[in-house]
Amino acid sequence: MIGRQQRHIPWPILIPAAVAVVFLLLPFVGLVWQAPWGQMAEQLADPIVRQALALSLITSSIATGLVILLGVPLAWTLANSESRAGALLRALVVLPLVLPPVVGGVALLLAFGRRGLLGAPLNDWFGWSIPFTPAAVVMAETFVALPFLVLTVEGALRARDERYEDIAAALGASRWRVARLITLPLIAPAVVAGAVLAWARALGEFGATITFAGNFPGRTQTVPLAVYQALESDREVAIALSLVLVVISIAVLALLRDRWRL
Amino acid sequence: MRARVTAFTTLAVIGLLISGCQGDDNASEQQLTVLAASSLTESFTTIGQQFETDNPGVEVSISFGSSSTLATQVVDGAATDVIATASPGSIEPVVDAEMTAADPTVFATNSVAVALPADNPAGIQDLADLQGSDVKVAVCVDTAPCGSVAADMFEAADLSVTPVTEEVDVKSVLAKVVAGEVDAGVVYASDVLAAGDDVTSVQIPSSAVVTTDYLIAPLTSSANSALAGEFVDAVTSADGQQVLTEAGFNAP
Repeated sequence: MIGRQQRHIPWPILIPAAVAVVFLLLPFVGLVWQAPWGQMAEQLADPIVRQALALSLITSSIATGLVILLGVPLAWTLANSESRAGALLRALVVLPLVLPPVVGGVALLLAFGRRGLLGAPLNDWFGWSIPFTPAAVVMAETFVALPFLVLTVEGALRARDERYEDIAAALGASRWRVARLITLPLIAPAVVAGAVLAWARALGEFGATITFAGNFPGRTQTVPLAVYQALESDREVAIALSLVLVVISIAVLALLRDRWRL
Repeated sequence: MRARVTAFTTLAVIGLLISGCQGDDNASEQQLTVLAASSLTESFTTIGQQFETDNPGVEVSISFGSSSTLATQVVDGAATDVIATASPGSIEPVVDAEMTAADPTVFATNSVAVALPADNPAGIQDLADLQGSDVKVAVCVDTAPCGSVAADMFEAADLSVTPVTEEVDVKSVLAKVVAGEVDAGVVYASDVLAAGDDVTSVQIPSSAVVTTDYLIAPLTSSANSALAGEFVDAVTSADGQQVLTEAGFNAP
């Protein structure tokens, strides 16, 4: 707001804006209003809830590790490609971002399921079966979360000041040395932001997980799946778990507030 | 100029929307919304089509899902006319909320079945084979009627089976079997029949055959209670019962 005049906003804009705010915030008011505040600790101590929380935290953290490991090199490659093939590749890589997650789950099954493209040979040769395992949860989460980091990091790579790298190269630094000592530190904030976004997306993953990894408490039932199931049996547990996810989401926003100037 | 074009476009869109809505009302169509247990997918689709034929101007839309999900939807205020669940327990919350317009009627029963992929990859011969540590078994979540039926069957047969997944409804279990992602799935006899050649099944010892009652009730949320009552009658009629029997259900 610095240096900008505060202007009067015309009412045809103000009224829909107010409607939007109410529409976005009222569901949270509902959650807080219905929350079993008295028995919150009790609800969250339920073994099924604890298992789901632990599984969610572990799998989404592993998924985030994979996302960084695979996503940063991918973003790097995309950022340095000006060809038409590069543009097409970028579109394909970002596909999971806009794809309905349940479709992602079906696609994962067709690729890595027991009868899948790669899953069938893995099952026949090594007896490995991926669906219904925590590994399948991690794969589903990585699948949906990867584009978040790739887009964030690629944007930072394209916007970086390349003069530092040029100077280092002119001074005789090898390409790998430049990448390690100049480029990586330059894009580190974007990697952190992308990783936080990816982690939050992985934590909230539902559709691909229930389709590809199934739903079993303690093994593949993450918090969103537990919320969905608890809604039918124990509504207060569902609300308590939902609130936990809301608090985590707010924490993620707080972490990223500098980046988005919140 | 641009503002006028925008205004014109907006008007045109609104006009289209309104005329579109009127188009649906041309035949003064009545909507009947039915929530039904997912095991009723085939039979209720047939009965619904028959009902539309018998009642010109009526459009039946049926939403299939886990009985407990459907009950939750009704209690939470989904505007529906009829609910049909796969167990007495799952319709109870609706009755407790005083949302049924008449007492639920038992209209069919279904018995438990174990479906295997057609090629039976785990070589399952009998129910006890499901206990194998390498055998991947899918069941319904315990809140769904098919989940409690599965638990009752394993208890009656004195078996300890650890499933790999608890699916939200019986058709999801069947889908995992048909896809070959699991070695066995606990479903209903009607589902095995519906899947045809895609699955085989295991003989269940008579001591472990568990059945469940299907209940149907018109709802107080119905905007057209007479029509809702007529749909319930259609399900319990001789024609409706024949559809259900052909789909693998038993008469109550």
